[in-house]
Amino acid sequence: MAQEEQSSRSIYTDLDDTSSEEEIDKWQRTFRLWRETLQEHWGMLTDELSVKLSMLTVAGFMLIAIFAPFIATHQPLQRQYQGEAGIIIDKWVEPSLLGADTQYLLGTTAEGFDIFSQLIYGTRAALLVGLIAAFFTAGIGTLVGLVAGYYGGKVDDALMRIVDFLYGMPLLPTVIVLVAVLGPDLWNIILALIILQWRSTARVIRSQSLSLRERPFVKAAQVAGAGDWHIISRHLAPNVLPMTFLYGSFGIAWAILAEAGISFIGLGDPNTVSWGTMLQASRAYSALSFGAWWWFVPPGLCIGLLVISGFLIGRGYEEITNPKIQ
Amino acid sequence: MSGNDVLLEVDDLKKHFKVNQGWIASLMESFGSGEPDYVHAVDGVSFELREGETLGLAGESGCGKTTTGMSLVKLHDPTAGDIVYDDTRLSEASDAEIKQFRQNAQMIFQDPFESLNPRMTVYDTVAEPLRIHDIRNETARVQRALEFAELLPAEQYFDQYPHELSGGQRQRVAIARALVLDPDFIVADEPVSMLDVSLRAGVLSLLDRMTDEFGLSVVYISHDLSLLRHMCDRLAIMYMGKIVEKGPTDQIIENPQHPYTQALINAVPVPDPAVGRDRVELQGEVGDVIDIPTGCRFKNRCSEYIGDVCDQVVPPLEAKTDFEQDIACHLYDSAEGYDPYQDMTGSPSASETGEEPESTPADD
Ligand SMILES: Nc1ncnc2c1ncn2[C@@H]1O[C@H](COP(=O)(O)OP(=O)(O)O)[C@@H](O)[C@H]1O
Ligand SMILES: [Mg+2]
Repeated sequence: MAQEEQSSRSIYTDLDDTSSEEEIDKWQRTFRLWRETLQEHWGMLTDELSVKLSMLTVAGFMLIAIFAPFIATHQPLQRQYQGEAGIIIDKWVEPSLLGADTQYLLGTTAEGFDIFSQLIYGTRAALLVGLIAAFFTAGIGTLVGLVAGYYGGKVDDALMRIVDFLYGMPLLPTVIVLVAVLGPDLWNIILALIILQWRSTARVIRSQSLSLRERPFVKAAQVAGAGDWHIISRHLAPNVLPMTFLYGSFGIAWAILAEAGISFIGLGDPNTVSWGTMLQASRAYSALSFGAWWWFVPPGLCIGLLVISGFLIGRGYEEITNPKIQ
Repeated sequence: MSGNDVLLEVDDLKKHFKVNQGWIASLMESFGSGEPDYVHAVDGVSFELREGETLGLAGESGCGKTTTGMSLVKLHDPTAGDIVYDDTRLSEASDAEIKQFRQNAQMIFQDPFESLNPRMTVYDTVAEPLRIHDIRNETARVQRALEFAELLPAEQYFDQYPHELSGGQRQRVAIARALVLDPDFIVADEPVSMLDVSLRAGVLSLLDRMTDEFGLSVVYISHDLSLLRHMCDRLAIMYMGKIVEKGPTDQIIENPQHPYTQALINAVPVPDPAVGRDRVELQGEVGDVIDIPTGCRFKNRCSEYIGDVCDQVVPPLEAKTDFEQDIACHLYDSAEGYDPYQDMTGSPSASETGEEPESTPADD
């Protein structure tokens, strides 16, 4: 009724809505916009020296992890023996880097494992734990936070009670119990970390969503008839994404630290070499009192480097995104 | 229910917001002690919007203009009362009818820095309603809408983000978004109040053109009477969630009757000083919107207070014998013979009209 009368008064009357004219290629356009945004962020991010160095460090560790079999000189968990006979274990060997006349760059352990090769393979474990745990903690946390913040009310209450419950559990002791129950396997450690760590992301994303959903641009979308999922995916998610990335990059660092801690107290995966298990073994065999610092200093340094890089990248990202969220 | 030319009818609309949301309060409430408090943001507002008409909603900040506007486009579910669009009560409308309503009711928000998603380009912002309603010819329509909003050349704005635009340009984008669906009516909530004074005239003339070329019905919300005077066919003056005076713009501006309207108009600088008016100063604070006073809500600030009847009987908005506009004030005689003095203390109906039922659910 009303529309029919008014259709004569419109600037769109001559548009034939039954056939579609040539439209802008949507996918191409979306792709281009994403690329431009990423390029812009990347440019700002790498503007800062500390972030650039951190990126290089992480990239370096990634290359090492990928090409570990080619870099390592020995099998990390293969005992080395003196001479051809294979009877006497080649243990406590000093590093050739320090001028000793051996074939082991960083010497060997008390069990006769090549420290350099363990260090190289340990990179794999660290990045595996860090990246996978961070991806899932950030992903689950973001999803839960978006849903809780957008719907509010009972949904929010229920989800946040779960988060509160998880906050009641201290990280390391709980992971230790979980790993003790599930078995000391790298994947179980990752699983335990994910279960315990999505809570902080969820909380932050929830509070962001709570305030975002009251913003007029969300109201405008509702007026236009947008459904819940449309608003969550098009309006809330893109605006919390920087926070997700931030918590993701912190999550990498936390996960690596946690894995090292768990391994250090002896709950690490015995079939995988990680920097944490290296530290644990060096302590078990009192490497310090033997003066074999080359056994525990390199893995310690690697953990420190990677963790600090993760935090620095996160901080750098925080700085460039926060003023731009507005 | 509605005549042929009435597009939207607002029927005793109320919107109350619960205030004490803390868990201690809700705990006490669940044990039966302590009533929840409600902000009576909109408290019984009725008017109709005719086709092609521009209606102004004026009043001080906090009197419920925005809440009324948001209820009109169904951003709030009313606590009580209803809105009738195209002979459909929105509270009883089917999903399809709601979708139809969504296509025809749009809103322009006050703050153009907040009403555009900072991570969406101009093109995506304007195209979004088309995608939601699955309308073809997206590019052509977006281009038309942007051109209409005087963002030229339109293509140049397609890939810009809000932070690259000025306030005026943003508000034009918001207007283009509201127009792209070819709606029946638009609520414009203080559309220029956040803009630089130098940009206001341009956006206002665009809004004027919009009303003309689209044959739109528009509800303008503003605290600025001098602006509404130029834009509107009819005016409704709100005070504490109620309409106190409603009628043709000229009538209300030239010949205001409610003491509150008189005070408001006095606050506006008179362009021609030769036009002398009795100065009525507005004194005191706006009353408490949680504990609503009995009787007339304006009584404490009113210069014409005439005693107990103002204190006890809520003045209904009704036609008065000598005036064209509807007025909610006991100073004037009802055209329909309503006698407020009959409702004064003693007769039970006085307290009934003064108290609002608070059992109706309200959300935040
Ligand atoms: N979402 C809300 N929750 C609680 N109170 C609200 C909400 N929106 C508005 N109010 C209150 O309702 C009253 C009217 O507000 P509003 O409609 O924004 O007034 P106006 O637009 O005329 O300035 C104010 O007291 C305000 O604090
Ligand atoms: Mg307002």
